[in-house]
Amino acid sequence: MGAFAYVAPTTVAEALGVLEEHASQGKRAQILAGGTDLLVQLQSVDRTPRTIVDIKKLEEANRVEVGADETFVGAAVASAVLNENEELKQRFPGLIEAADLIGSTQIQGRATIAGNLCNASPAGDTIPALIAIGAVCVIASESGNRELAVEDFVTGVGTNALQDGEFLVGLKIPNPPARTADAYLRFIPRTEMDIAVAGAGVALTLDDAGTCTAARVSIGAVAPTALLVTAAADALVGTSVDDDALAAAAAACSAAASPITDKRGTVEYRRKVVGVLCKRAAAIARDRAQA
Amino acid sequence: MAEAVDYKVVGTRPIRPDGVDKVTGRAQYGADLNLPNMLYGKVLRSPHAHAKIKSVDVSKALAMDGVYAAVSGADFPTAAHGDIGGEGGGDVADVAKNVMARDKVLYHGHAVAAVAATSQSIADAALAAIDVEYDVLTPVLDVDEAMADDAPLLDENCFTANLPEKPDKPSNIAAVMQLARGNVEEGFEAADVIVEGDYNIPMAHQGYIEPHACTATINEAGQATVWCCTQGHFEFRSMTAKLLGMEIADLKFIASEIGGGFGGKTVVYLEPLAVLLSKQSGRPVKMMMTREDVFRATGPTSGTHCKVKVGAKKDGTLTAATAWLAYEAGAFAGAPMGPGAMCVFAPYELENFHIEAFDVLVNKPKVAAYRAPGAPQAAHAIEVALDDLARQLDMDPIDLRLKNAVSEGTQASYGPKFPRIGFKECLEAAKAHPNYTKPLPEGAGRGVAAGFWFNVGMQSSAEVHINENGSVIVVEGNPDIGGSRASMCIMAAETLGVEYDSVRALVGDTESTGFSNVTGGSRTTFATGMAVIEACEDIIAQCKARAAATWGVDEDQVEWEDGQAVPAPGVNADVKPLSLADIAASAHKTGGPLLGRASLNAQGAGASFAVNICDLQVDAETGKVDVLGFTAVQDAGRAIHPDYVEGQMQGGASQGLGWALNEEYIFDKNGVMENAGFLDYRIPVASDLPMIDCEIVEVPNPSHPYGVRGVGETPIVAPLAAAANAVRDATGVRVNDLPLSPPRLLDAIDSAE
Repeated sequence: MGAFAYVAPTTVAEALGVLEEHASQGKRAQILAGGTDLLVQLQSVDRTPRTIVDIKKLEEANRVEVGADETFVGAAVASAVLNENEELKQRFPGLIEAADLIGSTQIQGRATIAGNLCNASPAGDTIPALIAIGAVCVIASESGNRELAVEDFVTGVGTNALQDGEFLVGLKIPNPPARTADAYLRFIPRTEMDIAVAGAGVALTLDDAGTCTAARVSIGAVAPTALLVTAAADALVGTSVDDDALAAAAAACSAAASPITDKRGTVEYRRKVVGVLCKRAAAIARDRAQA
Repeated sequence: MAEAVDYKVVGTRPIRPDGVDKVTGRAQYGADLNLPNMLYGKVLRSPHAHAKIKSVDVSKALAMDGVYAAVSGADFPTAAHGDIGGEGGGDVADVAKNVMARDKVLYHGHAVAAVAATSQSIADAALAAIDVEYDVLTPVLDVDEAMADDAPLLDENCFTANLPEKPDKPSNIAAVMQLARGNVEEGFEAADVIVEGDYNIPMAHQGYIEPHACTATINEAGQATVWCCTQGHFEFRSMTAKLLGMEIADLKFIASEIGGGFGGKTVVYLEPLAVLLSKQSGRPVKMMMTREDVFRATGPTSGTHCKVKVGAKKDGTLTAATAWLAYEAGAFAGAPMGPGAMCVFAPYELENFHIEAFDVLVNKPKVAAYRAPGAPQAAHAIEVALDDLARQLDMDPIDLRLKNAVSEGTQASYGPKFPRIGFKECLEAAKAHPNYTKPLPEGAGRGVAAGFWFNVGMQSSAEVHINENGSVIVVEGNPDIGGSRASMCIMAAETLGVEYDSVRALVGDTESTGFSNVTGGSRTTFATGMAVIEACEDIIAQCKARAAATWGVDEDQVEWEDGQAVPAPGVNADVKPLSLADIAASAHKTGGPLLGRASLNAQGAGASFAVNICDLQVDAETGKVDVLGFTAVQDAGRAIHPDYVEGQMQGGASQGLGWALNEEYIFDKNGVMENAGFLDYRIPVASDLPMIDCEIVEVPNPSHPYGVRGVGETPIVAPLAAAANAVRDATGVRVNDLPLSPPRLLDAIDSAE
């Protein structure tokens, strides 16, 4: 493991101070939430020295609030905590499913959604799920908090919109209207312990007649960043989310994908499977919204 | 079927003696030993798959603070040619060059230098300071490419062996092998149906969970001790001595507990380096591979290209078969093409056949043994072809195999006549198994395949010590990989007539017990078991002698029954039987402690056959396979400890299914393995597999006192084809190449539509 210094600030201001100090001196500081990506990197990928800034002591980063208008999930909240929150599961079953796909039970005791997002892997499972439900990043900075839609947060493979001196303190999710539900599916060759070859998150709203009035579709692992596919959403809106609509949405996802061929799958395979996942996730979301 | 024999301990399922320490983390594995002043040794590995080494300069590394030793190929003695010995086998000079490259690197990850330093991070920095100049050559990356006439050569002195005449030019084909009988052309003419197939399987790794690790220390007198995880510490001692030019008696090897080997821990990688680094530094040196090292630089099994052609009459009688089997050896000769050629048609009666096999050099890691080396790839080819044949004949696949199955007296395709074997019994048991006729869910498929492995005997030693209270210590020389200590305790208890709980078994180091070949070839329960039984019989003979002396009768007037000496029938002696505990308690008065021993070269290892039934379904939109059920039927001869026989069957099925479905070495065009980790080298995880149902068939091996046949390797032979045949059944699409990964299956399904 590479050498590092460790600090655990207890206030957001203190954390920002540490980041600012490092930025001004040209020294490297890195946020630690669950550490499930960071520790692996420190061990094997990039062992250069740095200061680790642990945000698990920050009250704000540990807050989970299911409010009247919106839900807030702090950046240090472990997946295991979310998985056991029945209110959240009711509201955002797709997001919790996505979080539950990452890591084993032991890893989920540490892993965080915010960490998955900041790590900015093209295959991060919670990212399409967050985009589908319209989640917004709450970013702490010296000049106060700023907000940014999740689909605008990830800027490339392993890069995000955080500026020097900033950190992600939590995620804000608008409360879903009535008869709204989300779902997330990914494809892996095994049942566990794997990374998405493709992923699709869908959130949709039905009216009393069962017609889709709003939808958001996001796909992962088929482009440098997770994509918001409005053409797929458009294919669902105004329909009863029947087989034709599902096939159209699937085709839109396949068309929007710009995957690569690598050890995990070919371009053709990923294009096809991301459509299949969109179709299946949309059908699950539809059934949930009707329930 | 099995004779009814009334055993008291054989066939029971007691808890293994090493179990508690393993589940509580107390057990000491290869990397667990730490010594005072110990250094960490690390290896610099080649970034090229094929290159000439122009120079290696370790001087900057040696000059660093905290670095105590640095070695490269020039620091090793030139090893003479000759057989290295052991299951991994091969030429001494090749093993030497595999452990540390000399003039050439032959695969990405090939060791080119090693350092020892006070910390792992200093060792890493020292590796970065080593200068190596390469002259990069074009890599040869698959078996077909390597066999082509104009292929770049790995070894300009490689002239194909086993040809009638030495070829006039070198090639990458290190050796060929042929087996033939009858007249193949006439056989095919007599056939009503002929099937042919062409099958490719990429390189695959054993995937043992414990990476290779060792600690070595050598004193000023040149006496070294090495602790390591190994399948055979005696053979590691011999290999290390040969590679370093040391006297065997100056090397002591202690086998740690071992976290899996499957054949992969039968050859040395780190041990000679650690000894040399310890010699240069004067300190103990520990070396541990990372998982990435294990994938890139230890021996996986061969990638293969096989072609098979089989002809049959309408009633299913096979008339002729041919096999063309090309095995990747990796960087040095020694692919398991021989066993592959000998196994491919072994289960079947064949008048006419021709088998041709090739041992081919490629710029990939040198292959090592992997459970039934060479057999799974060859069996995949013939068992898939037989499945196609059964479909064409509209015949039940088990019936087709029964029609042609070998039995006692059949001349095996590889030469000898079979003694008593249990193939037909396995086929009948599979056919009668409820899982074979259980209805399948909609869209699912069922596949059947058979497997065969010879098993081996080889040398084993054992001692049996009787403690002063009559409890028993068994000392053997075979590392316990699959529960063999428990099996040794069972066989000792059965033979002596004592309780299992009064027997303990331990694995002695190279200085505390006699020579024993590797734990491999499914030989330990068979051969070392025989040595333990003989050592117990030695004890019994001594006990009888002491009882005779105590009673004042002749030795032949004493018998051993249910763990005690009794007067023979008709002997007029009014004496109380003497138990082992009685004799032990008075041993100081009758001649001293009781020690039994045996050493042997076991003959008559019984072949083990298996039949597997695989149920699975395929997601037609993603190509993903879900294994729904798997039934393994196998002849164990006699299951000494049925739990560990089932464990072998389930483990082999799991590895075979992984190989069939997702496991493969993926190389880029430069010969760099792209998936050197368990994330992308996909062995199955627990949730990928159903409970694997086992049925142990017992057709006793006449050459073993309890009828044991080796069981460790046969279980991996049939699953590849069983899965492939189930995919064919589920989808209607025949996919000849492995793995049956989602992209390959989806492509095949889409292409068929």
